[in-house]
Amino acid sequence: MTTTPKRRIDVAGLVIALLLIGLAGLVWWDMTKLQILSPYDLGPKVMPIVVSIGLTLLAIGNGIGALRGDLPPRDSLDWKPIILILGGLACLIVLVAIGGGFMIGTAILFATTSAAFGRRAFLTDLLIGAVIAVFIYLLFGKLLTLSLPAGPLERLF
Amino acid sequence: MEAFTSLAGGLAVAIQPMNLLFALIGVLLGTAVGVLPGIGPALTVALLLPITFKLDPAGSIIMFAGIYYGGMYGGSTTAILINTPGESASMATALEGNLMAKAGRGGPALATSAIGSFVAGTIATLGLTLLAPYLVEIAVSFGPEDYFALMCVAFVTVSATFGDSPVRGLTSLFIGLLLGLVGIDILSGQSRLSFGVPELYDNIEVTTLAVGLFAVGEALYVASRRHIHEEKLEPVRGSLWMTKEDWKRSWKPWLRGTLYGFPIGALPAGGAEIPTFLSYATEKRLTKHPEDFGKGAIEGVAGPEAANNASAAGTLVPLLTLGLPTSATAAMMLAGFQQYGLNPGPLLFAEQPALVWGLIASLFIANAMLLVLNLPLVGLWVKLLAIPQPWLYAGILVFATMGTIAANPSPVELIMLTVFGVLGFLMRRFDFPIAPVVVGLILGPIAESQLRRALSISLGDPMVLLQSPISATLLAIALIALILPFFLKGMGRFKAVED
Repeated sequence: MTTTPKRRIDVAGLVIALLLIGLAGLVWWDMTKLQILSPYDLGPKVMPIVVSIGLTLLAIGNGIGALRGDLPPRDSLDWKPIILILGGLACLIVLVAIGGGFMIGTAILFATTSAAFGRRAFLTDLLIGAVIAVFIYLLFGKLLTLSLPAGPLERLF
Repeated sequence: MEAFTSLAGGLAVAIQPMNLLFALIGVLLGTAVGVLPGIGPALTVALLLPITFKLDPAGSIIMFAGIYYGGMYGGSTTAILINTPGESASMATALEGNLMAKAGRGGPALATSAIGSFVAGTIATLGLTLLAPYLVEIAVSFGPEDYFALMCVAFVTVSATFGDSPVRGLTSLFIGLLLGLVGIDILSGQSRLSFGVPELYDNIEVTTLAVGLFAVGEALYVASRRHIHEEKLEPVRGSLWMTKEDWKRSWKPWLRGTLYGFPIGALPAGGAEIPTFLSYATEKRLTKHPEDFGKGAIEGVAGPEAANNASAAGTLVPLLTLGLPTSATAAMMLAGFQQYGLNPGPLLFAEQPALVWGLIASLFIANAMLLVLNLPLVGLWVKLLAIPQPWLYAGILVFATMGTIAANPSPVELIMLTVFGVLGFLMRRFDFPIAPVVVGLILGPIAESQLRRALSISLGDPMVLLQSPISATLLAIALIALILPFFLKGMGRFKAVED
């Protein structure tokens, strides 16, 4: 195979291949703990074996692509907005986990996401987020009678 | 005609005032959410799924049908006015449509896409009506091995055959299959890949996966490259109405688009992308105004948009008659059925004819409602596009997280949503297709149980897969569809080297 000199080993592509190998190993390890109970049933092991082997083959395929530098071109990446959004999601998860309800978390998520997209009015956005959270609580919780995790703020309604 | 008697029965269900109201709410919500940039029909259905949890099955499935068709209409508005198609099926529409909008002909572009969608949607739904009873009759004779083979065909065509790269497509599919393993195995009662986490015992929710991949993933991706690329809204200038000339240039592309869209959508051949581009290429070749292509030709909007809608109705054929989703949106519709314990397939036609035919009849109604809603009200929908991008994505994420915890109020569900969001971001960045993950998650467990059922009937003899002529043929098709893209890619590379 003659390749153009521009092509280089793609490190990110190799990491993807390694991750796939890791997943294949995880599925295989989990499969070894299963038991076959019925002699007539194919058993719960076959599908994990198929998935594990498939992932291994695909890891090799992806690895070859990475070594050849065959991956599609990528643009430069701005990490700050990603951290802001994931941070907002993390706040919401923690608040729901410790029983702080979802309204405060939702307001924070709204404000951080909007900051990630370039807004610089964090407090205003926090307020807007809170209003939306109240609206959603009324719509989901009262009108559609779905249960949303409640904290101190939700109990006021 | 048996189909029409059934349809008449369905119509009686669909025109009940409550069901008409559900259809109306569905098309309104579907259009409103579908019009938002970055939200395609699959995400529209996924986001709105929790809202229908507490409604009765018939009403909510009718609402779904409205959301599904509404999301399609809304998506094309966005494609024309901002040139950011929410999904690959609107890409062809965006090509000429956005150019028309730039040239001040946004109104006629929106009109031809709305009327074309109506024409195509109506003809294709009629096709569904006529075809469904026959397919149901065939499907009744399907054994578990035939279903398994059919799912193999769907797996391969959705992931490998028509994408850019079979390796990346299959990787996506296997990630979906892996996620489908998580939870308790129904036949043996043992848990797989659950690691003692109670939330994982009940399998991974399709909605959590879809919302994570599509909503959170998209938000992360767009935010991460905002410094490179900003979206620009083209205002709708001039008349909204199509001139006589526009009509003359539109009606044939509508019909040709329908002819491409419906059959390709009805085959398990991987969604609406192919018919839309086929239609685009055909119209470009047949047009009497070749000079317009590249500057905003109305044929280039009318054809692909009709093809897109016809194939959306086409995917309902395998979905309703065989329970086989062939696109991410169809997978979401299947999830919608499953949340009521309904399994689409020949049995559903036999056991719940009022529900199935009510759904099909309400597709006609939803389509007519959408035409009426879209032509005069398009100005209203366009206003939704003016929501500032930061608030838009913040709102999408808030709604996505709320839907997730409303379905399952647990922080673990939110952690999964976040993880799937990061996965969706990485897949977009490294150009892995997303639909195969969703299809893998939803079809993987069904395929596994069909295979195991087939083998336990045959007392463990795997030859049963080849002894049934249907299954053997389907497996052969799957194998060819799997090998062909590698072979063709090799040919393409060979040619490139020669050049």
